[in-house]
Amino acid sequence: MTIHSNVTKPPPTQPVRFNRHGVWAIYKFEMARALRTLWQSFLAPVISTALYFVVFGSAIGSRMEAIDGTSYGSYIVPGLIMLSVLTQSVSNGSFSIFMPQFSGTIYELLSAPISAFEAVLAYVGAAATKSVVLGLIILGTASLIVPVEIQHPLWMLGFLVLTSVAFSLFGFILGIWGQTFEQLQFVPSLILTPLTFLGGSFYSIDMLPPFWRTVTLFNPVLYLISGFRWSFFGTSDLGVGWSLLMTSLFLLVCLAIVSWMFKTGYRLRS
Amino acid sequence: MPTALSISNLNKVYDGGLQALTDVSLEIRKGEIFALLGPNGAGKTTLISAVCGIVSPTSGSIKVNGNDAAKNFRAARAAIGLVPQEISTDMFEPVQSTVAFSRGLFGRAPDPKHIEKVLRQTALWEKRKDRIMTLSGGMKRRVMIAKALAHEPEILFLDEPTAGVDVELRRSMWDVVRELRRSGVTIILTTHYIEEAEEMADRIGVISNGKLIVVEDKTTLMQKLGRKRLSLQLQEHLEQLPGELETWPLELAGDGWELHYDFDANAEDSGVPALLNKISGLGISFKDLNTSQSSLEEIFVGLVNKN
Repeated sequence: MTIHSNVTKPPPTQPVRFNRHGVWAIYKFEMARALRTLWQSFLAPVISTALYFVVFGSAIGSRMEAIDGTSYGSYIVPGLIMLSVLTQSVSNGSFSIFMPQFSGTIYELLSAPISAFEAVLAYVGAAATKSVVLGLIILGTASLIVPVEIQHPLWMLGFLVLTSVAFSLFGFILGIWGQTFEQLQFVPSLILTPLTFLGGSFYSIDMLPPFWRTVTLFNPVLYLISGFRWSFFGTSDLGVGWSLLMTSLFLLVCLAIVSWMFKTGYRLRS
Repeated sequence: MPTALSISNLNKVYDGGLQALTDVSLEIRKGEIFALLGPNGAGKTTLISAVCGIVSPTSGSIKVNGNDAAKNFRAARAAIGLVPQEISTDMFEPVQSTVAFSRGLFGRAPDPKHIEKVLRQTALWEKRKDRIMTLSGGMKRRVMIAKALAHEPEILFLDEPTAGVDVELRRSMWDVVRELRRSGVTIILTTHYIEEAEEMADRIGVISNGKLIVVEDKTTLMQKLGRKRLSLQLQEHLEQLPGELETWPLELAGDGWELHYDFDANAEDSGVPALLNKISGLGISFKDLNTSQSSLEEIFVGLVNKN
């Protein structure tokens, strides 16, 4: 075997202020990975959510009372979209940074002329994109099974993007923190899913006894679902301002933690 | 010669308390091939990782083309390509896209022609659409080299580049390295193959227990530290060394048919004429003699053991 030695003099390296090629390279790589694992990335969550709609929307939902004037099948659409978007955002965000650490390819990211902000922008941007696409696909699937109306489509999109970004960022933090696959799965399955189920995905908190209603107010996911549901039906358990505030606050806390992680090199650099 | 890389008083203490680097200072000249030798755990990879930004130094400074690696990390890192010791890349990716990814990551605009050139250089063009997981070990290692060359670095770090690579391919890689040097790329390589350093390096550094114990031109190092051996093939077999020769650093070898005398090649008086006179005076005759220089490997082992 012969290696061809045909090398030209390297041009002087020009430093850049913003490594847009680097951001795009990571973003493209992550999106390509999602397409490569299409079944895991999109089809599996769509099928499982569609089953929820069939069971709770069409089968059981037809025997349930309307909530705030909305049929039960339609009422659970925003909550079920959020359930998938939250879990997939966390999963996408965490695996995007966990896998390079696990496989050792993180060396390339750490040795590249790319800032922490740019790396997070690329990884979280790709994770959030996948979640938004997934949310829209589930919305499309739901509209085939139950009647769906969206009163504030721009707000709906805004909440979807904001939630996807915030939870992809949260997943990114988990991905840096987690050292085993078990740790990665712990938060989504044992914390996030229960919080989503108990955060009003399938019911209005007005249906709860006063004590449990108060307890539910401490569940951050409630604010996400409530705001998202408002964008669909124009009514919600809580004011839309609260939903926006809590989601933005969560995003800012995640941003602060990620900044600290990159600044200190926490579990990234020895 | 201008400096490509300047390391001053670099220290690295890991969280567990292990002092991996102790006060390492080193200047790498532009366009040279510098070989960093050292036993396992000596600190070679830590040193490379600190320069490339993978490990945070505890103290000291690193300048790449005059750019501080911490303060001006973009300029510093953009100039460096790294071939790590381990084959670490996404095994599900096709060869061409993983090399193109590396170019983008390092801030360079897409350039399919350059990617093609690099893939041809590393004999991977025919395999460009194959997933990395389907390649042989040697090919995977070449993918790592191609990735490091994708952004046209001015300085290339090769951490054990030919480990696990067959002899023919190793020599082909040496050709690539020489060509890169000819094109102006500065090359710093760590290796366990002393032959590799002897074959390619302009200068050699030896690191042991985190300390850089020697930095020298290869030829100077070999002259300075090299020992010579005089071997005499005897006419008659000797059972043991005669008592008169016990004060000389002689070794009887070859089942009594050979005498070895090690001497300092640079010493004013090597002792060779006096020894030959002495041997002649004792009536010991020889049919042939030759001298040989210590190999770099022997020098390296000597240095590390001494340290």
